[in-house]
Amino acid sequence: MFDRVKEREPLWREEFSISKADERYVNRRQLAKFLTLGSLGMFAGNLWILGRSWMRKARVYHRSPIARAGEIPVGGVKLFQYPHPGEQCIMVRTGEDTYVAYSQKCTHLSCAVFYSREENRLECPCHKGYFSVTDGSVLQGPPTRPLPRVVLERNGDDLIAIKMEPEV
Amino acid sequence: MYGYEFYVDPSRCIGCQACVKACEECDTHRGHSMINFDFVDRAETIATAAYVCWHCEDPTCAQVCPADAIKKGEDGVVMSALKARCIACENCVLACPFGIPKIIPEYEQMMKCDMCYDRTSAGKRPMCATVCPSQALAYLRPEEIAARRERPSNVFHFGNQTITTQVYMMTPPGTDSVTLDITEFMWEKANV
Repeated sequence: MFDRVKEREPLWREEFSISKADERYVNRRQLAKFLTLGSLGMFAGNLWILGRSWMRKARVYHRSPIARAGEIPVGGVKLFQYPHPGEQCIMVRTGEDTYVAYSQKCTHLSCAVFYSREENRLECPCHKGYFSVTDGSVLQGPPTRPLPRVVLERNGDDLIAIKMEPEV
Repeated sequence: MYGYEFYVDPSRCIGCQACVKACEECDTHRGHSMINFDFVDRAETIATAAYVCWHCEDPTCAQVCPADAIKKGEDGVVMSALKARCIACENCVLACPFGIPKIIPEYEQMMKCDMCYDRTSAGKRPMCATVCPSQALAYLRPEEIAARRERPSNVFHFGNQTITTQVYMMTPPGTDSVTLDITEFMWEKANV
């Protein structure tokens, strides 16, 4: 078992040699090379990200009827999926004639938020992140970004989701 | 010290523990002796044995160290674990077939005999070898030790593991290595 070392030292053993004389230290030239190439790589990466965000087109949302006015009572909620199936959103009827809707994914770690009628706010049960029901902004807790809002349009008795704000 | 080797001869040990006390005096590890002092078979005999680290060619303690803390110098001396790296995991304590490394709990560090590196690197003998009255621990030139009846050997067999060391064990004439079979060692007549 111990003869294996004498036969051929594995690479990690060469790097971390038991013998002080064989220890490999990073010399100044290696460090300078690493720093130069590393920062070049970071610069290129940043350029790529910048270019990608410039190229990005404004997203097109489809109009989707999600509920009928009066379908839910004041203080009631309705869950729906927008803009794609599987993307859960929550609509709250906050007043006789006011409806708000947000993505149900908490902006911290994507737990589903729910509407607390007693506190009149959206609450995330995972880490107690609270969001304002009026505009989706963070009231407390670990999330740093507001909940994406679903913009609603009223067309007669139909409530129609027209887009997300900000874009997701 | 160039041209000098360390020789251990347990048959000369008189159990005075001068080496233990002398080692404790060192300022680099004051109060902690790095000598491994054994009572061979306390019930049956007064024989004792004092050992220093054997400074293996391929140190098992360093092989098993996960923190890369145990280093061997160019002169073949295996050092105590580097304080900045040692995590006091005791792998070396368990792995060393000679039982040399010690964990010093208050330092959270493994310390062992480094053959008085501060002394031997400056042309002085290790402290234990200078105080040993019977020269059971001796730091001598090979030609000086050749005058003794016992012969120095630095090859040890522990089961399938063969170890070559820098420190020599004095063995009976005609023996070229030290072999220890652990099952044989545990054999007791009373249990047969």
